[in-house]
Amino acid sequence: MDFLNLIWLIPLYPLAGSVLMLFIGRKLEHGHKNNVIGTICAGLVGVAFVHAIGAVVQLVSAPGHFFEKPLYTWVAGLQFHMANGALSRFTADFGYMLDPLSAVMVLVVTGVGFLIHVYSIGYMAHDHGFYRFFGYLNLFMFNMLTLVLASNYVLMFVGWEGVGLCSYLLIGFYFQKKSATDAGKKAFVVNRIGDAAFIIGMFYIFATFGTVNFHHVTEAARNGDLGYGSFVATMITMMLFIGATGKSAQIPLYVWLPDAMEGPTPVSALIHAATMVTAGVYMVARSNALFQLAPDTMHVVAAIGAATAIFAASIGLVQTDIKRVLAYSTVSQLGYMFLACGVGAFWVGIFHVQTHAFFKALLFLGSGSVIHALSGEQDMRKMGALANKIPWTFRFMAAAWIAIAGIPPLAGFFSKDEILWQAFNNEWNGKILWLVGFITAGMTAFYMSRLMFLTFFGKSRVDHEVEHHIHESPMVMLAPLGVLAVLSVVGGWWKSPLEHWLEPVFEHVKSVPATAVEAAGSMEYVLMGLSIGVALAGIFLARYFFLSNPAASERLAANWPGLHRLLLNKYYVDEVYSAVFVDGPVMGKQLGSALSAFDATVVDGGVNGAGWFARGTSSISILWDSWIVDGAVRAVGFVTKLLSFPMRMIQTGFVQNYALAIVGGVLLLGYYLLK
Amino acid sequence: MIPISNYLFLSTALMTIGVLGVLTRRNMVIILMSVELILNAVNINLVAFSHYWGTVHGQTFAIFIIADAAAEVAVGLGLLIALFRNKEVVNADQIELLKW
Repeated sequence: MDFLNLIWLIPLYPLAGSVLMLFIGRKLEHGHKNNVIGTICAGLVGVAFVHAIGAVVQLVSAPGHFFEKPLYTWVAGLQFHMANGALSRFTADFGYMLDPLSAVMVLVVTGVGFLIHVYSIGYMAHDHGFYRFFGYLNLFMFNMLTLVLASNYVLMFVGWEGVGLCSYLLIGFYFQKKSATDAGKKAFVVNRIGDAAFIIGMFYIFATFGTVNFHHVTEAARNGDLGYGSFVATMITMMLFIGATGKSAQIPLYVWLPDAMEGPTPVSALIHAATMVTAGVYMVARSNALFQLAPDTMHVVAAIGAATAIFAASIGLVQTDIKRVLAYSTVSQLGYMFLACGVGAFWVGIFHVQTHAFFKALLFLGSGSVIHALSGEQDMRKMGALANKIPWTFRFMAAAWIAIAGIPPLAGFFSKDEILWQAFNNEWNGKILWLVGFITAGMTAFYMSRLMFLTFFGKSRVDHEVEHHIHESPMVMLAPLGVLAVLSVVGGWWKSPLEHWLEPVFEHVKSVPATAVEAAGSMEYVLMGLSIGVALAGIFLARYFFLSNPAASERLAANWPGLHRLLLNKYYVDEVYSAVFVDGPVMGKQLGSALSAFDATVVDGGVNGAGWFARGTSSISILWDSWIVDGAVRAVGFVTKLLSFPMRMIQTGFVQNYALAIVGGVLLLGYYLLK
Repeated sequence: MIPISNYLFLSTALMTIGVLGVLTRRNMVIILMSVELILNAVNINLVAFSHYWGTVHGQTFAIFIIADAAAEVAVGLGLLIALFRNKEVVNADQIELLKW
């Protein structure tokens, strides 16, 4: 089977599952056939994964490791003037592309997605709407795969919007809960703000390049069609990056991600850890040729990445809900990925996407396993001493814990350390960026260890009724955890081959001046040692505060109440946003109400008015038709009747009158003939 | 010789009486008789001219007309008798159904 030529099938497998759920899902669930639903939906993702493997294997032997297949032209040939005055045609194809970058992404998405689908069969088994969950999850996979495999910005944006929609649907899955629906709305609205910027960036791209195809744009940028440091380059990349901050939860548009934990845990694992939130990183990496030409934007990207990393980590230090800690951890790790992109090490950002997908998905699924064991308890203050009671969950989560802390030889160490090394060498504030990342690494180790110690060790603070029901998760939930644990351990060992594999995508653009700074190789080992040291320090500090001497953490909180409250309340960012953008005088509710009133009266009024006008002119038309046109027709008949009346009288019935007429006619004829 | 105009006056007078009879008389039998009168007037005219020109055409035509008149009377009377059997009328002004 030619996997590569049929690459457009990959997104369609999960779409088929979603459509199937739409039509027969409810019937299946009411017929107690949940295992059928699970097999179909998870199986289809598995098929997509196998197909993806086949396609990537074929890609390896393809020339230049590049494959593009336009299916058909979707938007064809609108002529327009480009920014430089040239006449061009805008086409957007329904086209799919596979190159090393999208190969990595598609494997991660389908692989981790498949594992999470399998896990969900067990996790969601007792929930109403089992079929709805899998339908949405499959729809999400379709959109994510469209995003990753698209060959142009427009089709990617279709997938981009689609995953935002599915995120909304899945966050608000328990729609009877107001907090869940609010969170879903918040996610979608905040996402939308980023999308607006993305669209502007897209418009700017095709005004400048005349095309939105990735390959053509990259070629044009590498050939020097875009000036280094030019205003155009900076604007395009800034708009794209703002779009990425919305999707990938960076400052200032990260506020939706912690609230998104209202959704079921597999959703948090798949969408808000492994796949959707990495779409922003993927997009920046895909546009790396453009970003390389805009050093100002790169600085912004690196700065925001680093700032978000440390900001979110600091909030995660004091959160009590196990999923919230993981959510802020995700925001923080995404900051690392953008930091990597911002210093020009795009491949490292993608590498961290991959390793993060493994251990973060594992952490989320593991926490789901814990929540499942504790009959729904999510507050870490009510956990403890679970290591012996749910041993396998503990062992697998421990693997992810060590990985995210950055201890070698597990996966997290390789990617995180490479990011810090690349940041250190950056010619713009490299040392400061490194320092921020370094401190964040320590905080990461600290809060993750805190999570593990509070949950699995120490004294049991579990509620009495819950304690009786603690049980290990079924195999269908543990097996994916196991696979992810193995991947978290070995996932970093292919760092160099991956760098080599991704080289052609992230070629250095010619017009960009090469950075001169590259500190001595031995410095790398020094930094490596420091990273490991700070990670171990974080772990031991957490052990002190939350295992050996629990009272110490409470004393610390009591001694610094202001800071503790600030962190616990997430720096009051949500409250500030609410006050400015929702209740605020300029941008808030009043503006919204005013605009909606404008829409209802002016716009709708215009539309209704057009309809009213049409009806009015049509009644005039009716009058014309029924009185004048029909009148003319009737008039003909009337005139005929009028004329016939005297003519009738000739026919008297008397034969002699007819004879008289004959005689009269003969006389007349005779007169004229003889004249 | 008798001048031809005498014969022509005679036939004209007969013709006029016949036409007036057709137009004026009410009894249908009298109308038929008036039609015979017209035909005979034509005959006199034809024979007069035949004598005048010295040919025989006029007389031949006159004999045709006599035969034709006989047939016509037979048909006409047949119509009249059929009408009388149905409607018991003898006056022409009593048959006026085919009118406006």
